[in-house]
Parts: sequence; C-alpha cells; structure tokens
Amino acid sequence: MALSRDQMAIRVARELQDGFYVNLGIGIPTLVANHVPEGMEVMLQSENGLLGMGPFPTEDQVDPDLINAGKQTVTTATGASIFSSAESFAMIRGGHVDLTVLGAFEVDVRGSIASWMIPGKLIKGMGGAMDLVAGADNIIVLMTHADKYGNSKLLPECTLPLTGAGCIKHVLTDLAYVEIHDGKFHLVERAPGVSVEEIVSKTAGEMVVPDHVPEMQF
Amino acid sequence: MAGFDKVVSTYEEAMAGLEDGMTVIAGGFGICGIPENLIKQIKKMGTKELTIVSNNCGIDGFGLGILLEDRQIKKMVSSYVGENKLFEEQLLSGQLEVELTPQGTLAEKMRAAGAGIPAFYTATGYGTDIGKGKDVREFNGRKYILEESIQGDFSIVKAWKADRYGNAIYRNTAMNFNPMAATAGKICVMEVEEIVEPGELDPMYVHTPGIYVDRLIQGTFEKRIEIRTVRQG
Repeated sequence: MALSRDQMAIRVARELQDGFYVNLGIGIPTLVANHVPEGMEVMLQSENGLLGMGPFPTEDQVDPDLINAGKQTVTTATGASIFSSAESFAMIRGGHVDLTVLGAFEVDVRGSIASWMIPGKLIKGMGGAMDLVAGADNIIVLMTHADKYGNSKLLPECTLPLTGAGCIKHVLTDLAYVEIHDGKFHLVERAPGVSVEEIVSKTAGEMVVPDHVPEMQF
Repeated sequence: MAGFDKVVSTYEEAMAGLEDGMTVIAGGFGICGIPENLIKQIKKMGTKELTIVSNNCGIDGFGLGILLEDRQIKKMVSSYVGENKLFEEQLLSGQLEVELTPQGTLAEKMRAAGAGIPAFYTATGYGTDIGKGKDVREFNGRKYILEESIQGDFSIVKAWKADRYGNAIYRNTAMNFNPMAATAGKICVMEVEEIVEPGELDPMYVHTPGIYVDRLIQGTFEKRIEIRTVRQG
C-alpha cells in the first residue's frame, strides 16, 4: 500500500533530532509538525519572520499581526523569536536551518528540483522556495512518486523550470525513501507491501537497488 | 516639522511628491503589516505607471490590490502574486508586468539598497531561469549569481509604534519586509498605530532607527486577515 499523507509525515518526522530548527513547506510537509516524537524539542521556522511557531490560535487568540508563511493565523511557541524577512532569509541562506521539508513536482538524478512553475498554468511565484533549496544542506522532498496520470516524478532530468540545481539528496514518496548521489537514485526503504519492482517501474531516472530493501514500519 | 520631528498630519502631505512612473517599495507580507492607508492615498492620488516592489500584491479590494482597479501599476517586483482575480486578468492581458524574485533575494535587494550596496552574489536561483543572463562567479567551489539591489523613489512602511523622531517598533510578524523597505526608499513614509514622544521608547528595543524615516503619520488600521485559521480550545 502506498503511504497515506499522514504516514509520509510520520516517516519524515523520524529524521528530526532534538534541538533541530526546521522549516516545513506548505501542504503535506506541514503535517510533520503533528508527529514530533514525544520528549523531543523542535523549533519551526516560518520564513515571514518567526522562529518558534506555535499551534493555530483559538478564536480569542487570533492576531492579524501574527501569521505564518502560508498566511494563516498562528501563535508563538515558548522561546520564539520574531525578526525581519532579511534576517529570516539570512538564517535560511546562511545554512543555519537544520532541516527543510518541501514538496515538488519533479526531482532528477542530479538532485535538481522543480516545484514552482508549470508552463501554461498561472505562475504565482517561487516565494521562498528557491532560497530554501539553495540555502539548506539537509532537505527532504516530500511528494507522490508519480503524478495522477501515472507519470514518474523521479526523472533522468527535470522537464519543468527548476527551483534549484543539484541541491536535493533525500526524497520521500508515497512508495519509497530514496537518496540521490553520484547522479543516480538509490532506493533505501519501501512502503509496506510495495514491491521493489513497482517502485522501479514508476521511477524514470536510473535507480540503484540494493539486495535488501527494508519495509518502512508503522 | 522641526529638527528631528518627522510627523505629518495628513495623508496628502505624507505622499506628496509621488509622481507617475516612480518606483515604490512597500513593506508587508500577504496583507499582514501593510501600509494600508498609504496605499489608499496612492489610489486617491491616481498616480499611474508605478513600479511596486512588494512581496505580494494584496488581495481584491484590499492592500495593493486596490491599485489594480484603476490600473495604476505598470510593474510588480514580487516573490508570490496572483491571490487576486484582477491581478490575473491584467497579467494575462499584458497590461501588467511582473518580475518574479525569490523572497530572500527580494529582502536582500531592499536591504542592500538601504546599505549602499549596489549588488550582491547569492546561490539562490543559480541554475534556474532566475539566473539566466546574470553574472556567475564561483566562491569556494560553489556558484553564485549577481543580483542588483532595488532602490525606490518612495518606500511605504507600516510599524506599530514610533516616536516623533521616527524611531519605530514593529509588532509580531507584521515586521516582515518593513525594516528593509524603510531603508530602501529615497523618501521613506511610515504609518503607525501610535506616535509617542521621544524618550518614551526604550532605545534598546527600537527596530528601525529614525534616521531612515522621512515622514511619519498616525493612522487607524483595518488589519484584514487573509487566512483565518483557528483551533478549538
């Protein structure tokens, strides 16, 4: 079975470490915040200028001056700090954020990522995505393995305009956990009940498959 | 006005001198921390052919979105746009030009302009369409593109509180692009919720020093919320 959105978030949350500063992109990556292991301290960075993002506010806590990068009302966590956009991107571009999790349309064997623009559709912009992929060393891309038509999103070369070139080393899809190095995908783990053959058949780029590919446990 | 006193009493006075074709740098993220009354004043003035540098372009009927109604904007320099129908229409019909800029690069372009730095190298955008035609240099084995800073004829900024000298404090994430925008305009106009006397703000907690601020006005703010998200509690 392919992983559910929550299972994908749970699997990524296992990459968190105590004391990590983490930036979570919009969509499924946001769910990772719900699965921080018990007893572990993680601080969420929101690129509009907040480090230490708390839960959504209750009705009486709503503050129009306090939002996240997705423009939703939020609260601050204990020990939070607030700063300007330049300061926020200084911590991102300066490589100070420990882990970045974001979605994508395509990733290729060289670690390039396309996540912001589909030609022919309305272009809204890259927001902070180009800064995040260029600045962070530790990035996990969270996406489905194939699009809704069954086309692989793990490619020999991205076909859509890039968000960043050669910057992605880890991809978690609904079928597999994949690492990227030496110009190839490397299959690390598979979703429960998903065969290596299925993963390989849905991966367009060259993929190295070790003798034993463990199943993810949930 | 005398000495360091930056206070003006009317919005007409605050935006005096804004002319067709000028570049205006605006603070705000989404519609959080936007100089909403200064934007309304630009609408009232009817100034046209403006280049607006702002992370976003407001929404229909609020924020920078209202400047689209009378086609006052020629060009937007932003990282994320299109949360309004009018924007989409004018973009698709070619009436509006958009220069998409990565958010961190946009913040840095403002910061650099205010700090007298004409251009800077960044890894952001290298190898993408954003890097096309830009100077590339390698430092310590990594490639960077040259990005130019952006100065505005005007910058329009929203802060929470300021003293009459323009020393200002922002509130929560309404800070966002405002501190950089304040430094990047030849004329910086700041609107605030409260003006206090010099000496009332603790100098240690001033975010924007008054040296950057040319005109200061107190306004009342609607502070609309773009995406109200709540939990049961």
